[in-house]
Amino acid sequence: MWFLDGVFFQRESAMPQPSISKTMTTSESGLAFIFAVAAFLCLIASAKALDAPFAFHAGLSAAASLAAVFFIINRYYDRPAALPPAEINGRPNYNMGPIKFSSFMAMFWGIAGFLVGLIIASQLAWPALNFDLQWIQFGRLRPLHTSAVIFAFGGNVLIATSFYVVQKSCRARLAGDLAPWFVVLGYNYFILIAGTGYLLGVTQSKEYAEPEWYADLWLTIVWVTYLLVFLGTILKRKEPHIFVANWFYLAFIVTIAVLHLGNNPALPVSIFGSKSYIAWGGIQDAMFQWWYGHNAVGFFLTAGFLAIMYYFIPKRAERPIYSYRLSIIHFWALIFLYIWAGPHHLHYTALPDWTQTLGMTFSIMLWMPSWGGMINGLMTLSGAWDKLRTDPVLRMLVVSVAFYGMSTFEGPMMSIKVVNSLSHYTDWTIGHVHSGALGWVGFVSFGALYCLVPWAWNRKGLYSLKLVNWHFWIATLGIVLYISAMWVSGILQGLMWRAYTSLGFLEYSFIETVEAMHPFYVIRAAGGALFLIGALIMAYNLWMTVRVGEQEVQMPVALQPAE
Amino acid sequence: MKAILTLDNLASGLVTTIWTPVFVAIFLAIVAYAFWPRNKAAFDEAARLPLREE
Repeated sequence: MWFLDGVFFQRESAMPQPSISKTMTTSESGLAFIFAVAAFLCLIASAKALDAPFAFHAGLSAAASLAAVFFIINRYYDRPAALPPAEINGRPNYNMGPIKFSSFMAMFWGIAGFLVGLIIASQLAWPALNFDLQWIQFGRLRPLHTSAVIFAFGGNVLIATSFYVVQKSCRARLAGDLAPWFVVLGYNYFILIAGTGYLLGVTQSKEYAEPEWYADLWLTIVWVTYLLVFLGTILKRKEPHIFVANWFYLAFIVTIAVLHLGNNPALPVSIFGSKSYIAWGGIQDAMFQWWYGHNAVGFFLTAGFLAIMYYFIPKRAERPIYSYRLSIIHFWALIFLYIWAGPHHLHYTALPDWTQTLGMTFSIMLWMPSWGGMINGLMTLSGAWDKLRTDPVLRMLVVSVAFYGMSTFEGPMMSIKVVNSLSHYTDWTIGHVHSGALGWVGFVSFGALYCLVPWAWNRKGLYSLKLVNWHFWIATLGIVLYISAMWVSGILQGLMWRAYTSLGFLEYSFIETVEAMHPFYVIRAAGGALFLIGALIMAYNLWMTVRVGEQEVQMPVALQPAE
Repeated sequence: MKAILTLDNLASGLVTTIWTPVFVAIFLAIVAYAFWPRNKAAFDEAARLPLREE
């Protein structure tokens, strides 16, 4: 991969090497062999495939396996005889390559995901935009959007930051030599299979768990490797204490593994076809699905990004965590409570009433750890509030925590059954999800990437803080347009659905409620467009940071604090 | 033989009688650990961990 030389890989061959004979490590030869066998098997599967998408995916996997063999052997010839040492002159020799790759992919998938979001938002406002093509129907693009922003963008941000934080806070080099690369490349290959599958109509129709059985199996292998790399690094640590961010990352990795295995046991119709049937049936399937779905929110979109909060905010603000005790209680309260909240997605369904009430009760209890965590993040700024005026990156991180507080107030409120009877199935839910997704997950990820890219590529600072400022305000305006449009639209929709005439008939036909949504759908699409523009500015800024480094002229060196 | 391992039995039997007090006890132990006066210095040190580089 010549075009990536110097971007992701450091050339270490110039360093003087002790003369030892160069041999392939067991993992290099073993993995190359496994991928060679996999290429062969995938080729057979492609030839015997029962449906076209499966043939395509099997063929793609054969090509990817061959590329992996080539990558491993090529990397072996390029590297010095000795593997990179764990320490150089008593200082940890941090492994930044996989982090750089994941950060790059995060930005790439982020823009792709925001763009697809904008397309489907526009399709809702102007349905003709699907051009009557099956591949770009709303039903296929919607999971492409959700997976691209949550798993591709968010997932790469989490992998990149977790690999960075675990190394720095343990003062140890990332465990494994090929394993971290296997994790980042394997994970992104999973995204590719899942995403192209949606466009071709391959789905098991479970929200946020759409990928079919073969993609699920592949993800399991990648995810277990991720867990082993993370745990291996913690085990090698030079720092006796395991920093709280690592606890959050570990909870995220372990729980996602459990959720993935619990929700996805499926029996394929044929091992040469993409279609499978899920093991669970009826209401058990629904409960499993939302146990999975809500804890994906709790452990992917919350625990993982809280880990980012606990490392990046203190680091950027140059202040210690406000209360480390609170962070411990925050962590364990979240762990004990979140896992029970799933049934609030199934209010007024065939799910037993006691289960619905249980889900609602635990959702309301989640107010406490959520706000405890928010307070801990915000108060970390004590003594450094003035930095919000001068540092747009810190502002982004802090506003993300404010959005976290807002959406974790709204969520428990919506889980109350009477509120849910108005809000469920309406755009209010979409608005709620996006205040969390754009405001919290989006902004904390942007803030983290703005910190991480200069650190990982060894640049003094960002190319331009002024562009970060533009990004911040354009994206904030986009979020405000998005969520306020969806609040109005959702409540209007809910009220129209439950309106009766004096004779007891429904007052509005369904199509009338759809017509009423139109202006809000246009505003929502405008909000999404602004958010996308912000991300494009960010991509340019990060690209220039890597290529050029910090711009010559920054703001005046010493800003005096106001008296 | 009567089916013992049904979901209902598990729910009403185990979850309500054993897990609730066990989880509450574990959680209280964690809270005690967090507020134990002797741990304060170590936690204050840990709160600064991101600021200590390399």
